[in-house]
Amino acid sequence: MPQLAQLAQLAQLDVGDVVATAEYHLTRDSLVRYAGASGDFNPIHYRDDVAVSVGLPGVLAHGMLTMGLAVQCVVAWAGDPARVIDYQVRFTRPVLVDAETGADISVSAKLGALDAETNTARIDLTVTFGEATVLGKAQIRIALSELLS
Amino acid sequence: MPTEPYLVGREKVREFARAVFATSPLNYDVDAAIAAGHADVVAPPTFPIVIQERTLAQLLAEPDAGIDFTRVVHGDQRFTYTRPIVAGDELTATLTIASVKSLGGHSMVTAVSDIVDSTGAHVVTATSTLVVRGDE
Repeated sequence: MPQLAQLAQLAQLDVGDVVATAEYHLTRDSLVRYAGASGDFNPIHYRDDVAVSVGLPGVLAHGMLTMGLAVQCVVAWAGDPARVIDYQVRFTRPVLVDAETGADISVSAKLGALDAETNTARIDLTVTFGEATVLGKAQIRIALSELLS
Repeated sequence: MPTEPYLVGREKVREFARAVFATSPLNYDVDAAIAAGHADVVAPPTFPIVIQERTLAQLLAEPDAGIDFTRVVHGDQRFTYTRPIVAGDELTATLTIASVKSLGGHSMVTAVSDIVDSTGAHVVTATSTLVVRGDE
């Protein structure tokens, strides 16, 4: 059970330690793929003319795409997507996806807190595009046991 | 009014997982999911948005709500699970408007969608705060 071995490493972790990092490169193709998978066909996510007509600087990534990918490095660390029992974010800044160069998103996940009573860990995400963070109060609660019961 | 039952398909879980850059084998590989104690492939943590979207569509289609879709911005999102979603689940969602607040010409609507399985047992609650921009 490699995931349990990974979680055993929690014993050596301190609050504030980085548990996972990831880099993602988004292109317009990524947005079209997410639109189809999620059913969110708002044209501001694939048409420049529509985005500009509603006052945006250009085509934006779906906030839910950013939320969806940002958790993945923590899923990999925890070993099972089912260990994510709570996940919340605030969308603070848009991710502008250039038609030619795309957009690069960086994710850093830190151990925010350990709760022995509920046997959960709180992981805090920092998600940045360019120099700015794009998600606020991005927190994941991870169940540390009981998934195999 | 609950949404029509949504049957979670294995290929839909895989398609959604690819779209959010998921790499866990438990999202894709039935044998790996079963070995980890699940009934089938496990949906990524943000998958419930697919079902919640149906309740938000109900809200935006409600003429009495008076919400102009082109002015809606997604403010916050949260998913709180009782158990993971796996392929084969048949899920329905019920929308509750938890609060409506005015903030400097904008309205903030907090929409809570409780998602249950075919036995009526709670699976996940999806909470969205939508900001409806006022006239500029």
